[in-house]
Amino acid sequence: MEHNIPENQIAVEMRDIVLHFPGVVANDHVNFTLKRGEIHALLGENGAGKSTLMNILAGLYKPDSGMILINGEPVSFNSPRDAIAKGIGMVHQHFMLVSTLTVTENVLLGLNEPRFLMNLPEYDRKVAEIAESFGMKVDPTAKIWQLSVGEQQRVEILKALYRGAQILILDEPTAVLAPQEIQDLMKTMRLMVSEGKSIVFITHKLNEVMQVADRVTVLRKGKVTADGISVQDVTKEKLAELMVGRKVLFQLNKKPHTPGKVVLELQHVSALNNRGLPALKDVSLQVREGEILGIAGIAGNGQSELAEVITGLRACEGQVLINGKNVANQSPKTAIKQGTAHIPEDRTGVGTAPNLAITSNLIMKTYDSPPISENWHISYSAAQEFAANLKQQYEIQAPSVNTQVNKLSGGNLQKVILAREISSEPRLIIAVQPTRGLDVGAIEAIQNLLLEQREHNAAILLISEELDELLELSDRIAVIFEGELVGEFNTEEADLNTIGLMMTGALRSQV
Amino acid sequence: MSLPIHLQVEKRLDEPPRWLPVATSVGAIVLAFLISGVILLLIGGDPVKTFQYFYNAAFGSWGALSDVIVKATPLLLIGLGCGIAFRMKLWNIGAEGQFYIGAFCASLVPLVPLMNMETTPRAVVLLVMVLFGMIGGALYGFIPGFLKAKFNVSEIISTLMLNYVAVYWNNYWIYSTFSDAGFQMTPMFPKSAWLPRLADLTQQNRAFSGITLHLGVVFGLVAAVILTHVINHSRWGYEITLIGDNPKAAEYAGIDIKRNIILVFMLSGALAGLAGMSEVSGVVHRLQERISTNYGFSGVIVAWLAKLNPLATILVSFLFGALIVAGREIQPSGLYFLIQGTILFLVISSDVLLRYRIRFVRTSSEAA
Amino acid sequence: MNFEIILRSGLSTGTILIFASIGEILTELSGIQNLGVEGMMLVGAMAAFKTSLATGNPWIGLLVGITAGGLLSLAHAVVTIHFQADQVVSGLSLTFLGTGLALVLGEGLTGQNAPLIPNFTIPLLSKIPWVGRVFFSDLNLLVYIGYLFIPLAWWYINKTRPGLHLRAVGEKPAAADSLGVNVYGTRYLYTFIGGCLAGLAGSSISIAISPGWYSSQTTSGQGWIAVALVIFAQWNPLRAALGGYLFGMLRRFMLDLQGPMLLFGAPNPFFYNHNLVFFLQMTPFLLTIIALVWGSAASRRQRIGAPAALGVPYVRGERD
Repeated sequence: MEHNIPENQIAVEMRDIVLHFPGVVANDHVNFTLKRGEIHALLGENGAGKSTLMNILAGLYKPDSGMILINGEPVSFNSPRDAIAKGIGMVHQHFMLVSTLTVTENVLLGLNEPRFLMNLPEYDRKVAEIAESFGMKVDPTAKIWQLSVGEQQRVEILKALYRGAQILILDEPTAVLAPQEIQDLMKTMRLMVSEGKSIVFITHKLNEVMQVADRVTVLRKGKVTADGISVQDVTKEKLAELMVGRKVLFQLNKKPHTPGKVVLELQHVSALNNRGLPALKDVSLQVREGEILGIAGIAGNGQSELAEVITGLRACEGQVLINGKNVANQSPKTAIKQGTAHIPEDRTGVGTAPNLAITSNLIMKTYDSPPISENWHISYSAAQEFAANLKQQYEIQAPSVNTQVNKLSGGNLQKVILAREISSEPRLIIAVQPTRGLDVGAIEAIQNLLLEQREHNAAILLISEELDELLELSDRIAVIFEGELVGEFNTEEADLNTIGLMMTGALRSQV
Repeated sequence: MSLPIHLQVEKRLDEPPRWLPVATSVGAIVLAFLISGVILLLIGGDPVKTFQYFYNAAFGSWGALSDVIVKATPLLLIGLGCGIAFRMKLWNIGAEGQFYIGAFCASLVPLVPLMNMETTPRAVVLLVMVLFGMIGGALYGFIPGFLKAKFNVSEIISTLMLNYVAVYWNNYWIYSTFSDAGFQMTPMFPKSAWLPRLADLTQQNRAFSGITLHLGVVFGLVAAVILTHVINHSRWGYEITLIGDNPKAAEYAGIDIKRNIILVFMLSGALAGLAGMSEVSGVVHRLQERISTNYGFSGVIVAWLAKLNPLATILVSFLFGALIVAGREIQPSGLYFLIQGTILFLVISSDVLLRYRIRFVRTSSEAA
Repeated sequence: MNFEIILRSGLSTGTILIFASIGEILTELSGIQNLGVEGMMLVGAMAAFKTSLATGNPWIGLLVGITAGGLLSLAHAVVTIHFQADQVVSGLSLTFLGTGLALVLGEGLTGQNAPLIPNFTIPLLSKIPWVGRVFFSDLNLLVYIGYLFIPLAWWYINKTRPGLHLRAVGEKPAAADSLGVNVYGTRYLYTFIGGCLAGLAGSSISIAISPGWYSSQTTSGQGWIAVALVIFAQWNPLRAALGGYLFGMLRRFMLDLQGPMLLFGAPNPFFYNHNLVFFLQMTPFLLTIIALVWGSAASRRQRIGAPAALGVPYVRGERD
């Protein structure tokens, strides 16, 4: 390795790691070094292999070849237990928490002590102590489903700290946090390294790298393009280029456009979530044709429920008017007939039928009208033709239109959904987290598609956790907090700080 | 020291070859016979002679062949009904009960009697019986469908429970109101309530003498063709397939899932009910306690073995019909259940081959 | 009609349902749905009876019966855990398989008398007025074992570490896996235990509580009622016990309804028209359906319910 780091300061060294998944090389001869007491950012776009690499370090995957050294000695992990024993703790992007158990029960899972009898009160105290010492507030007896997302993340960190982890891996931890909470997390991270711990911080957000990391390693398509360079020696633009492989212009083709008449209007809409608690409280908003209204907010503040009441998947009080017709509490078909397109948050769970072919998925909204269908008959030849056209137009990469969609990559899956929804020239588009988890190329393509629809005079409601995306695409932005709209303004007047405060409920505009 | 080459199991990236599902089904049957043969050996039987006897009993003569088709008919209808329900991931294990209720309702026509059996033309009587049988089965299928749609009650258990209820229901009427002089069966139906069979044509052709093949099989074949068309070429077929694969996506596309649960269960029940009518009208010509040799459960296996494909169901039901005919006199009687259970178990075990494949891979020189 | 007799009968026959039901609760808590319980019970009943008959020793018979159920469940485990086959169909196929196996290997056993697990009266406890006579006198050993088993199962699931791991594996296997809990191993273990308990339930019929072998009539659908009880019990052994004993009492009550000429002062319809008994025989099955409706409404109200990962095969690292 070309590092001039004294041996005794290296906490982790991963040499020449190779890992294959069927059809793809996830890690291609990757080298990675973690210094003791540093915050090391692992940067790359979605699918670059960063989570995979750290899953290997955490003992979840076994590499096909390569070597791992912890504090200078070679190790071989056969399961997460081995990694934990060596002081490695991982906080996953998708929390690994059992929602029906308490905080303490989750922390104690998999440990050897207590051996048989679970004397919880004693351990509740221990858990609370450790949380305090790192500046985190948590109720050990609470069940996970009762906690907020930010609190759940604290439990995840607690799990690692309780096990005496010296090496912490945080996988995209800021995705679910508001700007202020992100600052809190960074404070906790600095506290931890000051106690001698070493942190790997996986992210695809350049701002955060520049803010909190000491060194950064960049992965692209499974290979290392920058090996542990100091953050001081590099710029955001250079990092972006290393991530993507070409010069990235942080610009989209957004043309000025005058909005027309109101297409979507919500009047005093209230709704309950799946647990019977209020998710939307007296929400009123308007979206005009040719404009994008962005909804900013931390996940779990009512965004999903908002999309669902508009598309007929959830009951509500109040009125939901599309082109003047009230579609509230009716079947999704009513909204669809009014020209609504829905790009759902959950691509595999709701948006597609995984074992069916691309064709079958593409006709989900048009299967009961000509030319695909006459009376009760479906012409699969017409469907195939329709599908082939869309496949070409939207550049969906797949062997054929008969391929099952669960074999497609995330980006191509989203393209199938978009092709299906947008090809019907919708008047209203409800897009929920449309670019989550996609690589830069796919993100750009999809954002441009949305802008194109905006020029075609569609009204677009864009719900996204990426503030940058909202600022770039939206004409107006509204902030949702605990089911209420607490602020609404034109994007030009938007101030990041104000939005951040609103997202956490600390501020409310007098509208 | 590890081997230079080792087996690796990995998920398939693309479609499995077309012949594989057929091969796994066929392989399962062959293997099931082998295993049953072994067990036969263990309890002192002679497998080779037994299986030879099997073959002769099923295919040795025209009479035997006709018997096979007669036995296959209810299996075909029930297999079709189960197949369409399974396509929507509705586990209708209640075909047995729907069969009995269909038989009961159809029998009401000659037993009450609901029309004048002497003067009404035979075609009309049979048509009404068909309708009653299908409606009876459909209504009995409505119950578990409704319970599932409204209360999310597990249809596996509700249909199973209803099987027992249907048998007791029939028994009551057979033993009391419609009993034939106190015997545990109803009197024989008048000729106008009999489904025509080839034996009726003995006068035209001596060869038909004693051939019990009856019109019921035509019902089955017609149903298979109609169902194939519905599944592959109709809107409803598309909706059913979509719901079965991902109900959330279907909901999001605006399809009414609850309505379809009830409709599909009623269709499934109607087909089983038709099988019941076909059996009492075409074979036993009366309502009695035992009119089904577990057709309801065999139908489940037939549907699964045919991979829910209606046309394949024709083939598989024929095969199982042969199994029943040949196994009629084979001791021990539990062998039938055993072979069926083994076949089903092997089929689902072999389904793994459709999702994963085995490859020979060079072991890398540097193990981690 | 004697309430005491009905209660005692309920304790006996209920024990059968309870063993099978709690076994399935354990299996389902780990995330595996085993619908082969009826087949495993029958196999257990046959194996226990045949072995007891052959060796003259009912204890060996009991052991063999338990093992038979366990072995059959291992087939289900392999196919559903390693091959990730559909759990519903696998369970069903094992019901057929188990039934077939039991009928074939049980050929010729009807009408025979095998040595049985004996009844006991518990000293001291049986002296308590009324309670002692009803609950602790002249009941089969397995009934007493049932008394201990029920609270033990509840305590195990909720108050011990293995129970914690069990619940985690059925609720969110990925979480358990990431912390080093062996998900596959746990599922195998509890599927096997569930099968053994089903075998125990079957054995308790043929060589203890309702002695004899009557081919498929030996269990006559009790395995299915046990599976339904799991939902009614909301995966809680204590409630399963309540349901099991109540069902046992119901069966006896139905039997008693048929006998006397007078029923609550009026002429007994079942005595005068024996065919009406058929409607009586429908009752347990209809009641099971009602219990299911009640169970699913309850789970929606209290927002608990089946283990979240029930019926879903686990593959490490499966991304969405």
